[in-house]
Amino acid sequence: MLSTESIKKIDREITKYPPDQRQSAVMSALAIAQDEKGWLTNETMDFVAHYLGMPPIAVYEVATFYNMYNLQPLGKCKITICTNLPCALSGANDATAYIQQKLGIGFNQTSADGKFTLKEGECMGACGDAPVLLVNNKRMCGFMSNDKIDRLLEELGE
Amino acid sequence: MTQPVQILLTGVDPSDPDNWRLRNYEQREGYVALKKILSENIPPEKIIEEVKKSALRGRGGAGFPTGLKWSFMPKQYEGDKYLVCNSDEGEPGTFKDRDIMHHNPHILIEGMIIGAYAMGIRAGYNYVHGEIWNTYERMEEAVDEAREAGLLGTNILGSDFSFQLYNHHGYGAYICGEETALLESLEGKKGQPRFKPPFPASFGLYGKPTTINNTETFASVPWIIRNGGEKFLQLGKPNNGGTKLFSVSGHVNKPGNYEIPLGTPFAKLLEMAGGMRGGRKLKGCIPGGSSMPVLPGDIMMQTDMDYDSIAKAGSMLGSGAVIIMDDTTCMVKALERLSYFYFEESCGQCTPCREGTGWLYRVIHRIETGTGRMEDLDLLNNVADNIQGRTICALGDAAAMPVRAMILHFRDEFEYHIEHKRCLV
Repeated sequence: MLSTESIKKIDREITKYPPDQRQSAVMSALAIAQDEKGWLTNETMDFVAHYLGMPPIAVYEVATFYNMYNLQPLGKCKITICTNLPCALSGANDATAYIQQKLGIGFNQTSADGKFTLKEGECMGACGDAPVLLVNNKRMCGFMSNDKIDRLLEELGE
Repeated sequence: MTQPVQILLTGVDPSDPDNWRLRNYEQREGYVALKKILSENIPPEKIIEEVKKSALRGRGGAGFPTGLKWSFMPKQYEGDKYLVCNSDEGEPGTFKDRDIMHHNPHILIEGMIIGAYAMGIRAGYNYVHGEIWNTYERMEEAVDEAREAGLLGTNILGSDFSFQLYNHHGYGAYICGEETALLESLEGKKGQPRFKPPFPASFGLYGKPTTINNTETFASVPWIIRNGGEKFLQLGKPNNGGTKLFSVSGHVNKPGNYEIPLGTPFAKLLEMAGGMRGGRKLKGCIPGGSSMPVLPGDIMMQTDMDYDSIAKAGSMLGSGAVIIMDDTTCMVKALERLSYFYFEESCGQCTPCREGTGWLYRVIHRIETGTGRMEDLDLLNNVADNIQGRTICALGDAAAMPVRAMILHFRDEFEYHIEHKRCLV
C-alpha cells in the first residue's frame, strides 16, 4: 500500500497519458513509491502493477531495467558518483577516492551507521560541472572538491 | 572578442532566478513566432518548407534534416499522431539540453507547438533524462505557465489549433536516448529499441504516427520562423544551417556550453572554453560525444565545427559534445572507461552488442592492467567489426567506433602498454 499523498501524485501522472495507456505512468509510479518507501519490495511493485492494471512481471521488468530504482534496502542517503570519461578527466576519480576513504566504504556498500550508500553512476548529463554526484536521485551537486564533499557529508549526516 | 549570434540562449541570464519564466521569455521575442503563425494562418506546409530551407539538422546526434523528417508525417491521417521531444541526454560529454530546458524552457515549448502545428499533431511528450530532477521540475512549471496563458491546450490563443504537452521523467537508461527505445519507455516498458522499419512516422508511440526530435532541434525552430529559413542557413554554412551548442568538457580551463555558428574553427571554440588547462598540449578530442571516433589533436586543430567538416576529418559531430584530452591522458584508460559504459548500458537485446561489449571491455581492461597480449589489438578490431552494423540500434556502432579509432590513432600507446605493462604517459 502507498500513502494517499503518493497515490495522488501517481494519479496526476496517469492523467498525462491516454485513458487506455495507464501503463505509461509506471516509471513515475515506481519512482514515487520508491520516494516513499526507500526501496522497491515485490509487495510495492505488485501494488503498482495492480493499480495500473499491469501484470506484475511487466513492472519487475521496468524496475530492473532502469538503474535509478533501488531493488535492495540501502542507507538513508544514496550517493551516486559519475565516473564516466568526461568526469574522470576532471577529477571524478579523486573525488571518489576521497568519499570512499571518508565513509570507509566502496561502491555498492553502506556505511556502518546506515547513513550512506555509495553507487557508481553513468553519465548524468552534467559533464561541465565535474566532479558530479547525485543524492537520492534528486539533488545534483557539481564541482565537488574535497571541501564541498566535507560540507555535503556533514549536512547529510545530521 | 565579439559574441557570435545566439539563438538558443539569447538574453538568457542564469543568475536571475526568474529569467526562465514566461514573462521574461516573452521579452526576448518569445512566442512571437507562434503568434505570427496563428494570427496570419500560415499554412503548415509553409512552415515545413521554411525549416527545410534553413538546413536545420537533428541536434541529437544523427544530424538528419529536420524539415525532411517533418515531411514524412502522413498528412491525411485521421487518428491520433504524436510529437516527442528527446531530452534524454545521456551521451557522455553532452549537457546542452539540460541548459536549454533549465534556463530557457519556453523556447522548447514554443518549438514543439510550432512543430505540432506544422504536422497536425494534438499531443506531445517531452522525455527528460532521469538524473536531472530539478530540470524536470522546471519543465513541469514552464508547461503549467504556458497552459495557464493559453499557449497550450485546446484552441491555443483563440485559434482552432489545439496541442497538449506533457513531461515524462526517465529513470536512468542511456539506451532510451535511442528514439524507438524512448517510445517503448514512454509506453511503460523496458527501453529496448524496435526493429525498423516500420519507422516512427508510420508506427510510433502507441502505434501511431510519431515524430521525435531533439530538444535543441525544437529550440531552433522559433528563430527560423521569426527570421526565415534562409537567414538561419546563412548563420552557418551550406547544408549546415544555424548555430549549435557545443558542450566542452575535459582538460579545458572553462568547461561549459558554447553556442557558435556551425563552421566555426575548432581552435576558436577551444579559445572560448579558456584554452587547454595548465597550457598543456591537446592530445586528442572526441568531437561529438563518446560514441564518436576520437581525433588526434593536430587534426582537430585544423577542423571546423560542422557536420561535413568533422565527417571529412574522420569523425562525426554527433551531439556536439567536445571531450578534450591533454597529453597527460592515458588513451588505454580512457577507452577502458568508455567501453565499460557501453557494456553496462547495452540493453541486451542483440547478441553482437550484449556479448561484444563485454568482450571489448574485458580485453581493454586486461591491456590496461598489464596482462594484455599483442594479438589483442587485432582481436579488438575483430570484435568491433562483428558488432558494427549487426545490431537493431546504433548502440552497437557506438561501442565499436571509439575502439577502432583509438587503436587507429594511438596504436603505439596500446602496444607500449602491452609490452611494458604500464602507461606511456
